[in-house]
Amino acid sequence: MQTLDLATTSLREMNATLQAQKDQTNATQWSIENPRGAHAIAVGLDAPIEVTVRGSTGYYCAGMNKQATVHVTGSAGPGVAENMMSGTVIIEGDASQYAGATGRGGLLVIKGNAASRCGISMKGIDIVVQGNIGHMSAFMGQAGNLVVCGDAGDALGDSLYEARLFVRGSVKSLGADCIEKEMRPEHLEILRALLERAGIDAKPEEFRRYGSARKLYNFDIDNAAAY
Amino acid sequence: MNDHDKRIPQTVPIQSATFTNPINAEIRRAAATGIYDIRGGGAKRRVPHFDDLLFLGASISRYPLEGYREKCDTRVTLGTRFAKKPIELDIPITIAGMSFGALSAQAKEALGRGASAAGTSTTTGDGGMTPEERGHSTKLVYQYLPSRYGMNPDDLRRADAIEIVVGQGAKPGGGGMLLGQKISDRVAEMRTLPKGIDQRSACRHPDWTGPDDLEIKILELREITGWQAPIYVKVGGTRPYYDVALAVKAGADVVVLDGMQGGTAATQDVFIENVGLPTLACIRPAVRALQDLGLHREVQLIVSGGIRTGADVAKAMALGADAVAIGTAALIALGDNDPKWEAEYQKLGTTTGAYDDWHEGRDPAGITTQDPDLAARLDPIEGGRRLRNYLKVMTLEAQTIARACGHNHLHNLEPEDLCALTMEAAAMAQIPLAGTDWYPGKPGTSY
Repeated sequence: MQTLDLATTSLREMNATLQAQKDQTNATQWSIENPRGAHAIAVGLDAPIEVTVRGSTGYYCAGMNKQATVHVTGSAGPGVAENMMSGTVIIEGDASQYAGATGRGGLLVIKGNAASRCGISMKGIDIVVQGNIGHMSAFMGQAGNLVVCGDAGDALGDSLYEARLFVRGSVKSLGADCIEKEMRPEHLEILRALLERAGIDAKPEEFRRYGSARKLYNFDIDNAAAY
Repeated sequence: MNDHDKRIPQTVPIQSATFTNPINAEIRRAAATGIYDIRGGGAKRRVPHFDDLLFLGASISRYPLEGYREKCDTRVTLGTRFAKKPIELDIPITIAGMSFGALSAQAKEALGRGASAAGTSTTTGDGGMTPEERGHSTKLVYQYLPSRYGMNPDDLRRADAIEIVVGQGAKPGGGGMLLGQKISDRVAEMRTLPKGIDQRSACRHPDWTGPDDLEIKILELREITGWQAPIYVKVGGTRPYYDVALAVKAGADVVVLDGMQGGTAATQDVFIENVGLPTLACIRPAVRALQDLGLHREVQLIVSGGIRTGADVAKAMALGADAVAIGTAALIALGDNDPKWEAEYQKLGTTTGAYDDWHEGRDPAGITTQDPDLAARLDPIEGGRRLRNYLKVMTLEAQTIARACGHNHLHNLEPEDLCALTMEAAAMAQIPLAGTDWYPGKPGTSY
């Protein structure tokens, strides 16, 4: 286990060290000590390494991650795993707003709750939230899966494209063009696999599926009120 | 047969100055279709512009440089504040961001070829970075937009600079749109969207709001790219003093300021014509913000929106810009709105010089289209040559003026080289009205 202590190591030095790791590196286990809510921790990684951040982070932890597994033992500030490409990010605590924003791949697991705009503009990322999510989550979600084991706030899936949304609890309201859809066997399989990868014990059959009604895909004057 | 008594004078039919024929036509169009008019380009209305300024030239109080013998430098370095690798350009005229999707792949290639041959940079747009564009652009600025279409860390690191787009002059406060007819298989794949749907881009970034967040976002991008590439912040011309100051506070290396004549691929006509400031009105407040912060020239200012000639370049730089960016003018250099397509423009219900339905994908010149047959009309090598020529001419024109004003570098042009032809231009540019030493709002005067 390699250790980088942010009490004595600069952010730049820490990120440069992690970013320098290559596919074949032997240094696969890293520990970040004393994050103290710092921003941009472990961003731009591109190697199959495992990084444990021991504490809570500020904005954009694990931003644009590729391949790496980043495990935050505390909570994460806004934009955790934003634009993630691949790999896995696990947050033991809660995540602030914009978790997984614009993510294009990989798996983001939030063991606590996620605030507003979770999965905003998601483009292929899979997000599993064990708790609740805030309002406007999955806004303009294009692709990927958002799994919520708790409740969802207002305007879920507003202006949704092709992202799939699975919610076990209540949904306060659906956003424009977001509707409940039939949970078919293939969706149960997707959901089962996601829950398993996230290490969450929940039954897929308890979830409901939401998706785009596709009525806003091309401008129609009769839908003007929805714009 | 009119039985009116011809001995009695008739009233002459008078067209309304309020309900003009174009306005009435738009009312009828709106009533028939139920949708607002969407088009490309920038503001077409007459606004005070660089045409309303003149250079004074040298005489006894200043002496000029010899036109073809004495050097007038045009080089500019962008991103000297924090970036480890600032961009060094041979000329201070850059190519503004225009997306693959809005433009054909051939057009993007031509822009890259032309810009590279002229020693300047080109810029991606709201559709990610294409291999053609990267391959043909020696200096490529990668836009970071609210949509984040195609955004990835590899392209970020391949970029020579990163431009965080907060807004643009044609639609400050508005998002983007690319209508379904231009969402081809390739465009759809790059943007992770179904083919053929109307693509909407958000007006705000998904993971930050406000200048404090922007500062953290810039930190993240610098950390991902190792602090190598300059980071630009692009804003539409609305509140230039405050927006420039906040962009600088957030850590920008370069601020790009786009006035309302700056073009867009597609947005509502009512937005283009009624929101934002003329380019001329933006520059002095922006420069003042930089000066107040003690960072004029250390944080570079790129001005865009209606730059057409070397005179416009020189005037923007005399007002304090470090460089300019062109978009619409570059497309015209490639062949947009060329009279040779007049018959086809007529079929589309328009005419040369007025064609602006760039969003429909039926561009006869093959530039603003994804139709393979139309796109094939533009030879990217010839297009690149034309753009290079145009950039060279603009540079020569700007040098000609600078020498006439006695300057051995375009950056030495200054407000004192200018006078204004109209009160409006004098007020907006804070340049004395021709023949006077006064402009409206001049400190120490009561007007």
